[in-house]
Amino acid sequence: MIHSLFLVNASGDIFLEKHWKSVVSRSVCDYFFEALERATEPENVPPVIPTPHHYLINVLRHRIYFVAVIQSEVPPLFVIEFLHRVVDTFQDYFGVCTEAAIKDNVVVVYELLEEMLDNGFPLATESNILKELIKPPTILRTVVNTITGSTNVGEQLPTGQLSVVPWRRTGVKYTNNEAYFDVIEEIDAIIDKSGSTITAEIQGVIDACVKLTGMPDLTLSFMNPRLLDDVSFHPCVRFKRWEAERILSFIPPDGNFRLLSYHVSSQNLVAIPVYVKHNISFREGSSQGRFELTLGPKQTMGKAVESVLVSSQLPRGVLNANLNPSQGTYTFDPVTKLLSWDVGKINPQKLPSLKGSMSLQAGASKPDENPTINIQFKIQQLAISGLKVNRLDMYGEKYKPFKGIKYMTKAGKFQVRT
Amino acid sequence: MRNALVSAENLQLTLKTDFSSEEQALTIKHSIKQVMLESNKESLKLEAMKRIVGLIAKGKNASELFPAVVKNVASKNIELKKLVYVYLVRYAEEQQDLALLSISTFQRALKDPNQLIRASALRVLSSIRVPIIVPIMMLAIKEAATDLSPYVRKTAAHAIQKLYSLDPDQKEHLIEVIEKLLKDKSTLVAGSVVMAFEEVCPDRIDLIHKNYRKLCNLLVDVEEWGQVVIIHMLTRYARTQFVSPWREDAMFDENNEKAFYDSEEERKVEQTRPYIMDPDHRLLLRNTKPLLQSRNTAVVMAVSQLYWHLAPKHELSIITKSLVRLLRSHREVQYVVLQNIATMSIQRKGMFEPFMKSFYVRSTDATHIKTLKLEILTNLANEANISTILREFQTYVKSQDKAFAAATIQAIGRCATNISEVTDTCLNGLVLLLSNRDETVVAESVVVIKKLLQTQPSQHSDIIKHMAKLFDNITVPMARASILWLMGEYCEHVPKIAPDVLRKMAKTFTNEEDIVKLQIVNLAAKLYLTNSKQTKLLTQYILNLGKYDQNYDIRDRTRFIRQLIVPNEKSGALSKYARRILMAPKPAPVLQSAFKDRDRFQLGTLSHTLNSQASGYLELSDWPAVAPDQSVRNVEVVEPQKNGNAVKVESRSESESGSESSSSESSSESGSELDSDSDSGTDQKKNTKPKPVQSKPVIKVRSTTEYKHALLLIIMTKYILIHIVLSISTQFFVNCMCSLLHLCVFLACQFDAVSWHVHVSLQASSPVFVPETSHELLHRMTGKGLSAQYRFTRQPCIYGNSMVSLQLTLSNSSDQALENIHISEKSSTGQNIHRFNAIERLEPQASVTVSMGVDFNDSTQAANFQLCTKEDEFSVSIQPAVGELLLPITMSEADFTKEQGKLMGMNESSATITMKPENVSSQSVNRKVVSVANIGVIPSSQENIYRFAGKTVSSGSLVLVSVALKDPDAVITINTEKTVIGSMLLRQFKTALTNSGP
Repeated sequence: MIHSLFLVNASGDIFLEKHWKSVVSRSVCDYFFEALERATEPENVPPVIPTPHHYLINVLRHRIYFVAVIQSEVPPLFVIEFLHRVVDTFQDYFGVCTEAAIKDNVVVVYELLEEMLDNGFPLATESNILKELIKPPTILRTVVNTITGSTNVGEQLPTGQLSVVPWRRTGVKYTNNEAYFDVIEEIDAIIDKSGSTITAEIQGVIDACVKLTGMPDLTLSFMNPRLLDDVSFHPCVRFKRWEAERILSFIPPDGNFRLLSYHVSSQNLVAIPVYVKHNISFREGSSQGRFELTLGPKQTMGKAVESVLVSSQLPRGVLNANLNPSQGTYTFDPVTKLLSWDVGKINPQKLPSLKGSMSLQAGASKPDENPTINIQFKIQQLAISGLKVNRLDMYGEKYKPFKGIKYMTKAGKFQVRT
Repeated sequence: MRNALVSAENLQLTLKTDFSSEEQALTIKHSIKQVMLESNKESLKLEAMKRIVGLIAKGKNASELFPAVVKNVASKNIELKKLVYVYLVRYAEEQQDLALLSISTFQRALKDPNQLIRASALRVLSSIRVPIIVPIMMLAIKEAATDLSPYVRKTAAHAIQKLYSLDPDQKEHLIEVIEKLLKDKSTLVAGSVVMAFEEVCPDRIDLIHKNYRKLCNLLVDVEEWGQVVIIHMLTRYARTQFVSPWREDAMFDENNEKAFYDSEEERKVEQTRPYIMDPDHRLLLRNTKPLLQSRNTAVVMAVSQLYWHLAPKHELSIITKSLVRLLRSHREVQYVVLQNIATMSIQRKGMFEPFMKSFYVRSTDATHIKTLKLEILTNLANEANISTILREFQTYVKSQDKAFAAATIQAIGRCATNISEVTDTCLNGLVLLLSNRDETVVAESVVVIKKLLQTQPSQHSDIIKHMAKLFDNITVPMARASILWLMGEYCEHVPKIAPDVLRKMAKTFTNEEDIVKLQIVNLAAKLYLTNSKQTKLLTQYILNLGKYDQNYDIRDRTRFIRQLIVPNEKSGALSKYARRILMAPKPAPVLQSAFKDRDRFQLGTLSHTLNSQASGYLELSDWPAVAPDQSVRNVEVVEPQKNGNAVKVESRSESESGSESSSSESSSESGSELDSDSDSGTDQKKNTKPKPVQSKPVIKVRSTTEYKHALLLIIMTKYILIHIVLSISTQFFVNCMCSLLHLCVFLACQFDAVSWHVHVSLQASSPVFVPETSHELLHRMTGKGLSAQYRFTRQPCIYGNSMVSLQLTLSNSSDQALENIHISEKSSTGQNIHRFNAIERLEPQASVTVSMGVDFNDSTQAANFQLCTKEDEFSVSIQPAVGELLLPITMSEADFTKEQGKLMGMNESSATITMKPENVSSQSVNRKVVSVANIGVIPSSQENIYRFAGKTVSSGSLVLVSVALKDPDAVITINTEKTVIGSMLLRQFKTALTNSGP
């Protein structure tokens, strides 16, 4: 399936290559570089590129292109999903997935890639299994290894490989038994000029951090499970239980994992927690434009809107912006024309605003489109859909775990058209 | 040595300095490493190896180090070994001769007791692409395919593909292995073997028949990558085996039409054959449905395409939500999913219409995502939603991304042609865009307007006029050409303007682009034909210019037009028809989706994404008109003749479940979920075809319980008999044994004929020898008066199939009665123990014998438990001798050799010993062997070879022992899948046969 993998950095250099079958010359990447040159933005490179003898499938994460070389028919999503899984694994192992981190740990990277694919077919992608085979590098372990000569490589087949719960290893032990669940919801919305909602939907995930001894069997129930329109589970969740009782029943993996992602349908009315008043105008013939922006909270259920960040791609004709924020700081990059305003927390008594003028290229005509405004924000302790966890129970083990649930609402792709 | 140390220091120095890729530095480093690899320190070697891997990762050539690296292939350090493997796989192809040096190491590792080492040895062995070792690979694969560890079998499945790509001539042999592995019940193996199937012999659909239902049922538990491959394969399979579920709708329509003129009878005939979905077809759909909830996008897509290609139309809607959910994923995932949705939305608008808003474009989307969303929105447009869509398009047209704006204009054009209600609105909107400042937008609008006008030119002369006015400001060649074409085509609607435009064009002709020039020539010709009075001179001027143009296309066209329209003596009959040729009504272009013909490819495939057939693409066949025989998928109950085989397969699956059972209840739960799921299905299915997976265990349960009763009866008589036999004569004893066995077999036969073929030849054998020695479990001193002894009865345990039966003698040597003697509930350590019933009271000096069963799981690990009295608890443990973990079986000599042939290679262990002269007689050999292990004697036709057979109690694996005497030596051979047991047995036989004494 996957023949070879090349990692390409932002400046277009191949800094790592791995082959699972016979070696494919790196010149095959020239087709990729051609596509890269043609693309105006890094994101615009087509994910699938045909070449005379191979097919290149690439994903872009953390400004690194992961280019897989394929020789024959294979579902493209298979490769794409796998490449993303590789990135996730690197992130898991090294904390970040950057060129420097990969170069520093090139041996571990190679060992990982070797275990993850055999002859181009995925062999072990579950992080629990990989961690038993190849231990993640830590400073302590590196020191110990150099002194004692022990290795990072496991000698036994991970227990998970053979069991029906491959995501959990046996013999997990903790002194403090804890299970934390984060319910994180993201609002995707498009708001039109007049402030009415064109489309809005809520995408949620439940991320868990479970550190429990032994083989616990957990059940998680919701107060209002009907809200969840469409769900996708971590493989540990028993689908039948969910179908029948709307209860999440599972033997959790050890550590951090995403238990569930869900979708609250657009049919339900979605509360929009912020509003934007804007007045952006360019006058014909003048080289000045007005820029006014005010943010305010609405439908936040009394919670504070925090970490607000406004960004907007101004029209190409704008030379500079001279603005005055009532709070926070703003930057304008005259090359990319990207305006970003770090607002911080919205104070309902004193609404944050950004006012001022933009100078246009002399003689250039008035831009015919107003910029779109992207907003990011966070609201702690609130799940905007109203989803509530009812209770968490544990079976199969005797101790009493410490349980915690946190709610958070974030802006996803939240756009205001002006 | 000194040299090595110095270079080691150098190395460490260079390690600290940054990796400068200067040639010089490299060569120095290479020489250092060469020395390094010859040093003795593991840690330094490892460090050097890491540097080499670093070089490989960078794509630098490190092949000159091959001899030095290969030396370390047998290193004890596992990390070093793995890195050497990495190196070897990379360079073996280039250095074939040297690579052969490492082969023996792998062959040895293939027999290692550690499954991980076996598997990785096979992985590397099959990955070094050296054609010479093909036979070795083939052998290794065949052996690994019967390995006990499913992980090793999975590796074998991967190796199949590697060998096939190295040497396609092995295809036939490989197909045999694939066939064997397809029968494997492990979820771990399923995905990999189907992958191998797809690669090696995708056309051998017949291999799937028998495994179809098993694959369907296992699917949920297979790892996610395997799921994708299996689903794609089953999609193809189903298209060849089932009849179309879509016929229903078609037939329904047909009936309606025919209802008027068809005779009654004919309609009845049609109605008597309504479509009934094959239960297997339903099984596939039902078992894949939960996977729509998978977190793996590839799995969701695979299920979606399966439903698209296989499900009845009305069930299709369930995939919509999941596909829309995938749009939240990464950009690359979106791209592929949107492409598939685009294809689907052409055929079935209704599926995605409720989710229209999910396809609204955001300014942050990548361009190719935007265009795909636009495509889908256009496909979804209908009378009801067109106004919303057009409003949305209006914002897109203003986008800063001009390529996207241009695509939007095209989309508007398509909406306008498809939905006649909005054609005018669209046209007006597009005309407004003509005054846009951006050239690409204007050009695109012109082109689209041109296409729209072609459909209904008469009403729109003012638009043409408007465009003529704009003409001077438009510089994009395509747009200019389009306007000129419009002028020429509809010159009758704009009789005044057209000649004037031609006049202007005559002035600028030489500076125009080629496509514009061609259209000028066209316009001139058309005007000449309709309005020759005004334009004759202009036309001739243009034709003259064209005649000397640099481009031969234009010269060609000019010459052709001149001949056609200007009458002279040479021009033939054609010029008479010039008007009809040039002014012929032209069909309006059909504006249709670029995804129109993509449905010729299976959805979700690379070919579909590229819209061209990728190499290795497997065509999805059309539904067969008549369903092929359904019964091919039935799995028949195992035939008695195939006994040996069948039992082996079964025993393996048992051993697996044994190893897996420890891991959780969820296995059983998911299993039962699966069962209940398939049960809830059509009853029909159950009636017609009993499910193979279920039917087997049912038979087994019945047979064993009834069989037990039979055995209990028999054992009593046997037990006494054997003792007599033993004491009289051992020569006689073998014969006696045989007849006894026959008796036993006969009884069992009568008891339950059905159970016979599953178990008979392996179970209905009684112990040849039961040792009287008992072992101490609890000494009376430690037991405060309670003492316990145990002995192995060597009988099949009545408490459980996989238990070893034990006899416990408890005696009270204290002066008071002991009360409530029992085994504590909580204390057992992993082993499954059947406790004896609590003894309420044991008087002083009395003793009592109880029996219990312990499942040792085929290991000699001691079973630890607490023996409790009313007051005290004593920890005790039973350590079984390896020979006690077996049960004797009987089989014919031929069967024995056959089975032995299957258990060669790593399953065989043998040793040569020198026999004491007094041991050489056949009696003594037999006696010695059966006293060590509880195995049965196989009558032998050869004088000097003695054969014994048994099976492990817990997993039922065969254990075959043969002793061949070659004066004065003897060769003991043990063949068993349980290699650990085999080697332990061998050791014990060795000591037993070399020692003298009884």
